Amino acid sequence: MKTLIKGGRVVDPANKIDALMDILVEDSKISKVAKNIQGAADKIIDASGKIVLPGLVDMHVHLREPGREDKETICSGSKAALAGGVTSVLAMPNTSPAIDSKENIKIIKTAIQKSAKANCFICAAITKGRLGEELSDFASLKKEGAIALSDDGSSVDKDALMLEAFKQAKKEDILVICHSEDKKLAAGGVVNLGFTSTRLGLRGISTESEYKRVERDIRLAKETGARVHIAHVSCQESLEIIARAKKNKVRVTCESAPHYFTFNEEAVLGYDPNFKMNPPLRSKEDMLAIRKGLADGLIDVIASDHAPHTENEKDIEFERAECGVIGLETELAAAITELIGNNLLDWSKLVLKMSLNPSRILGLNKGTLSVGADADIIVVDPEREWVVKKENFYSKSKNSSFIGRSLKGFVEYTLCQGKVHKWNS
Amino acid sequence: MKEKAKILDKDAIARIATRISHEIVEKNKGVENLCLIGIRNRGVYLAQRLAKCIKNIEGADIPTGALDITLYRDDLALASGQPLVRKTEIDFDINGKNLILVDDVLYTGRTVRAALDALIDFGRPKSISLAVLIDRGHRELPIRADYAGKNIPTSKDEAVEVRLQETEGVDEVVIVEKN
Amino acid sequence: MGWIRKDLLGLEELSQEELELILSTAESFKEVSSREIKKVPALRGKTVVNLFYEPSTRTRVSFEVAAKRLSADVINIATETSSVKKGETLIDTGRNIEALKADIIVMRHNFSGAAVMLARHVNLSVVNAGDGWHEHPTQALLDIFTLKEKLGKLEGLNVSIVGDIAHSRVARSNIWGLTKLGVKVTVCAPKMLIPVAIEKMGVAVTSDIDEALRNADAVNVLRMQFERDGETAFPKQLEYFKEFGITQERLKKAKKDIIVMHPGPINRGIEMSSDVADGANSVILEQVTNGIAVRMAVLFLVAQANEKIKNNEDFN
Repeated sequence: MKTLIKGGRVVDPANKIDALMDILVEDSKISKVAKNIQGAADKIIDASGKIVLPGLVDMHVHLREPGREDKETICSGSKAALAGGVTSVLAMPNTSPAIDSKENIKIIKTAIQKSAKANCFICAAITKGRLGEELSDFASLKKEGAIALSDDGSSVDKDALMLEAFKQAKKEDILVICHSEDKKLAAGGVVNLGFTSTRLGLRGISTESEYKRVERDIRLAKETGARVHIAHVSCQESLEIIARAKKNKVRVTCESAPHYFTFNEEAVLGYDPNFKMNPPLRSKEDMLAIRKGLADGLIDVIASDHAPHTENEKDIEFERAECGVIGLETELAAAITELIGNNLLDWSKLVLKMSLNPSRILGLNKGTLSVGADADIIVVDPEREWVVKKENFYSKSKNSSFIGRSLKGFVEYTLCQGKVHKWNS
Repeated sequence: MKEKAKILDKDAIARIATRISHEIVEKNKGVENLCLIGIRNRGVYLAQRLAKCIKNIEGADIPTGALDITLYRDDLALASGQPLVRKTEIDFDINGKNLILVDDVLYTGRTVRAALDALIDFGRPKSISLAVLIDRGHRELPIRADYAGKNIPTSKDEAVEVRLQETEGVDEVVIVEKN
Repeated sequence: MGWIRKDLLGLEELSQEELELILSTAESFKEVSSREIKKVPALRGKTVVNLFYEPSTRTRVSFEVAAKRLSADVINIATETSSVKKGETLIDTGRNIEALKADIIVMRHNFSGAAVMLARHVNLSVVNAGDGWHEHPTQALLDIFTLKEKLGKLEGLNVSIVGDIAHSRVARSNIWGLTKLGVKVTVCAPKMLIPVAIEKMGVAVTSDIDEALRNADAVNVLRMQFERDGETAFPKQLEYFKEFGITQERLKKAKKDIIVMHPGPINRGIEMSSDVADGANSVILEQVTNGIAVRMAVLFLVAQANEKIKNNEDFN
């Protein structure tokens, strides 16, 4: 089976390519990247006027399987990923049961083999049951296929245990992804602490609850020499700490999510639970700092923190509603609209943040359009505007902050391991 | 809205007020137990004018009140024009009195119906009569005016606009065409 | 201009004109309660449901009296919040009430924003009778109405609000309403009970009660809910009275005819001394009377607006 993608603007920073080129895909691999590739193909995709990119790698995704298949399944989540141009996802371990043992990895591996439409990689839990009490067995988790560790949704509160985790992670050479939050300092809050929380009469979450824990996590990682990745950075202070650490050659990387560079706390003023997430939407200044961090390279990765929840858990009183929003299907368009649209990123840098950097951080052989690489490719119409509608999501859950918004940039084709998916709406 | 005809001018309105005042006094055989209640908005000013005329005739002050019937309407949603609820000011006892209810235009009769309901909540007057400046017909309820300034046959596509010194700065009545 | 909102959720979103319209409408309604027959047929055939997720006698009774004086039928539903988690969702409850063909839900809820959410999901009118720490618009409206009635005007007045500002919906609604009407507002509380960035609401902040009283034309004293304790640091009751309680002694240093208000129920000897509560400066019982007029006005206005919305009437 040969597929030829013709005449598109190919952006592949790994190979320093940004030019009009053709790409020939044979079965599941890229076989040729050149101008004007001639010869017969089973399928020709006309990509003129389009942008051709490596498939996105989203390193922060909650697929909810096993345990909460009512919110999302590996099947529905991976389909949603493909529709959003994401060909590889890192599945977070806060499932039920948590992915904290080789037995549980086997459960999720079997499910992935059975129903995944995109490449799904496994992140395992740092502590057993994600309870922050006892480390899981990193060596066996890695052996069974985990490529990173995280207690995402919670932070390991005990300093000594976290230090030990970094030591073990260093020994096993596995990445630790930190959900950096001091729940005591967050004080049961549901929105950013500030004028907004005061106006709404809601408990506030201080930025301190985030950055103090970022500081600790980086300090412990530095002590051990382990690789640490800070998830969903939302505030200025965290960025300053990460910038200092990078300067001091700590092996730290970080990510932020489209909602943090698109919205700020004022979006919560209508009490719409689709703007409730953890960490919360911060001040406008924080949002601008996130944008700046993305533009100047401080923030390595854009990840969606795709967090599906059913309407029963979301469409209720704000204080009771679950935290988190879906993001797989809107992250690329949000980045094109907000970051490329505002000249904060160019296409190469976008590929870095959304594909190449996460691949490198996770040690995946993805994020490039090199000959011989997996044919994970997307064709994007950069000009097409579309309105985000609840009924058009492939995800089982519809809790998106972007509903009703007009976004620019539409994924027309997603090739995952050479298999072509075409998207219409 | 297109103005079609001027029905009454300042002098005509003044003459009507005088005439109706005489009729009221005559029919009531004096001013004993007589009270005037104007329906908001213009009825209040007309009631005050009648009170003044009657004082000129009989030399007596007639208790005069203002009634807002918004809360008694049968068409909460249809209340066109002024939707505001204003004060009802009746600072005298209406029990056993002969009330003259005063309004500018008598049309469907629904306003008067609401006013009657409202008045009953304030007490039990001996009698209630109705005085209007204009009777334009098209009644929807069995209500009639005891004292009418002028009967004007109109079509439903027309509106009768009463303009008074106190509200519009001029005394006149005109017929306008709707739309 | 007229009133076009089907709901009353808070004072933050209202314009000065809308606030003034409610106040002037309430003035007309006050007369109704002074009649021998204290009833008008304005909402005859309408059904008002008092949906209370928090125990409240005063507000509920006030709304009930207001609705009945407008000839509406009133249904009271009191629900323990603890059962909400297991039971039906707020939206389902709202839709069920809508299916009963009720016209107005008056809701008290312990979660901030609950009324806003309910109003988004039902077509009937929603009147917020207090949601969490967020807003209690009719309480603030009756406070403001009383203030205007007593002092003849609002513009340029100095009003101090004393007590647990952080957890008070009464404070928030008063601040929005008063500042929009040209009143200078000072909030006074122990530091731990002053919420972050409150000054952005356009108020002065102090923790010195004498300073708060000095130039005030009125002081609105909030109820202290010490039972709320557990999460926030709270002052001890007697300590609070010593530092913030309103006493005749303290009033001597204030304007002679300063008005003392309280949303009730009063904790005598904690928020204020009994001689202040019952004294010449207190308008606390007049607030209760005015509460009926204000709530009649609100119920009438939202019912009228919703009727027009249903009939797709043009408002212009």
